[in-house]
Amino acid sequence: MHALKQIVSHTAVLPQADIDTDQIIPARYLTTTSRDGISEGLFYDWRFAADGTENADFVLNQAEYRDARVLVAGDNFGCGSSREHAPWALKDFGIDAVISTRFADIFSSNALKNGLLPIVVDKKAHEWLLDHPGARVRVDVEMATLTVDDGPSLHFEVEPFAQYCLVHGTDQLGFLMGKEEQIAAFEKARK
Amino acid sequence: MTAKSMLDKVWERHVVVPETHQTPAILYIDLHLIHEVTTPQAFSLLREKGIPVRRPDLTLATLDHSIPTRPELVAKGYEGMQPAAGKQVRQMVENCEEFGIPLRGPGNADQGIVHVIGPELGASQPGKTIVCGDSHTATHGALGALAFGIGTTEVGHVLATQCLLQRKPRSMGITIDGPLSPGVTAKDVVLFVISKIGVSGGTGHVIEYRGSTITGLSMDERMTICNMSIEAGARAGMVAPDQVTFDYLKGRPMAPAGEDWDKAVQQWKALASDPDARFDREVLIDAAEIPPMITFGTNPGAGIGIRREIPEPVGAASRKALEYMGLKPGRPLYGQPVDIVFIGSCTNSRLGDLQAAAEVVKGRKVKSGVRMLVVPGSNKIKLAAEELGLDRIFTDAGAEWHEAGCSMCLGMNGDIAAPGQYVVSTSNRNFEGRQGPGARTLLASPVTAAASAIAGAVADPRSFLTDGAA
Repeated sequence: MHALKQIVSHTAVLPQADIDTDQIIPARYLTTTSRDGISEGLFYDWRFAADGTENADFVLNQAEYRDARVLVAGDNFGCGSSREHAPWALKDFGIDAVISTRFADIFSSNALKNGLLPIVVDKKAHEWLLDHPGARVRVDVEMATLTVDDGPSLHFEVEPFAQYCLVHGTDQLGFLMGKEEQIAAFEKARK
Repeated sequence: MTAKSMLDKVWERHVVVPETHQTPAILYIDLHLIHEVTTPQAFSLLREKGIPVRRPDLTLATLDHSIPTRPELVAKGYEGMQPAAGKQVRQMVENCEEFGIPLRGPGNADQGIVHVIGPELGASQPGKTIVCGDSHTATHGALGALAFGIGTTEVGHVLATQCLLQRKPRSMGITIDGPLSPGVTAKDVVLFVISKIGVSGGTGHVIEYRGSTITGLSMDERMTICNMSIEAGARAGMVAPDQVTFDYLKGRPMAPAGEDWDKAVQQWKALASDPDARFDREVLIDAAEIPPMITFGTNPGAGIGIRREIPEPVGAASRKALEYMGLKPGRPLYGQPVDIVFIGSCTNSRLGDLQAAAEVVKGRKVKSGVRMLVVPGSNKIKLAAEELGLDRIFTDAGAEWHEAGCSMCLGMNGDIAAPGQYVVSTSNRNFEGRQGPGARTLLASPVTAAASAIAGAVADPRSFLTDGAA
């Protein structure tokens, strides 16, 4: 995983609550066996009309938001299935952080393993961000701070180990495999 | 000594390295269920790094999500699959061969939906930690296991180390007491629970379902309830193992036998939460309040009693949902014409579900113009249903009888609804496009779904279950 230390970007806003992983990437894009080009399916049924043309009113199709690296979403983002294709697609599209008041557990866990930072903010900051699409934000992953030009600055919670791995680009599998001795001892003791 | 919940007990027995502020616990996994959709990238990583699968013997593999279920397509093998799905299935077969994992694949007697075959084989047992790259892994908690869904990176972690890095979740006790009213099933119970606590009400928690309503349910019914815990945001759902659990497991191929059985039962009996165990959150529900339920919106929390009026939307999201669904507030769903009825999925494809649906359908006809699919959860269930003649009851009524798989629960295997069509579905998710782009899903129980197929419109199962009242 590449290290993610700082994100400086304007925001794109998707205010809808409970955006589920079937919206982030529909199931028909899950027959892939790799991650190549996975952002093709990102928000597919919202980004594209039935004939395959772009929906001009979808935020990520609009010129000023298309290259936003920070997405501000409604409450409870990422609910539904465990598909890691959801954070893969967001990351592959160029999104580095999603801001919401709450994230589904599995989505959050998956995102953090792929250099995609879920940022939980309180209701007040969330409302400000929803009301100010395109706001310039600066995220410092190591300090866990979100600073907004002419807006709120705040500290957010991030699970310390995931934060360490993000900042240092550490591979969690490598860490786990380093515990082989303890794992083997545990298996032996249970026999 | 402090009183412990079932979650505490199962968790403690699997901690390899305890949690600290800096690092999550390393948790040992007893059973890893895998399927074709969420594993290819994990196997590729192992191959790239030259890492073997640590415990193929604790890994149970099947095919379910992307395979077709229509008999004429299944008969064609790879030719019957959509090209991308065929490639994915081939890769799963190759991955399992290369890494030494037995695959319950095409033609195998044990093949079926991953959350159906785990319990069916007796591999899912009380006190185990069970994971799968699928959010409905919560199903296995019905046997008193701690079972939860993981992503593909974590699938790789378990394949390589049989362990996961996890922070201990919080606990939630949901107590449901009293007898269920006629026509009310386990599916209605869980839809009612989600409508009460919301789709994120369980986030960060493991739910333990308790109370006389729960202990009075069969294993199939308990699995339906635990299955949908994730639809309330919870990682897992659990039910304390009891005689129902032991009777269900005894004699299953992968369950302990002989002396080991007696020893196992003794250990399983100790798993229940201590009487004075504390939960981080508690919810009490009176079973008498629960009617047959159906959903009207685009998340599983949007459930109402079948005779109740669709509520006025609150906020942009619920307005958008009603617009997507083509429904108006102030009217009940009862009587809403339907195009398709789907009976199946890891929520409601077990023998008990098929029997309940067959009871409604028996001697009746599916309304002309309505397509009804009945998709058993496993090959074994299919055979058992056929031995009971259930397949004939369904096909005589004009329904399709399919091979085992996930089918129309999610639009990735060819079984999909057309844009704008209404589907009364016994599956678990009514998200936009879940059953195909533009498809409109109404989640309900197998008896409600079956009654709706006969009526050609959303129907109240109670009028079909009483003598001649249909």
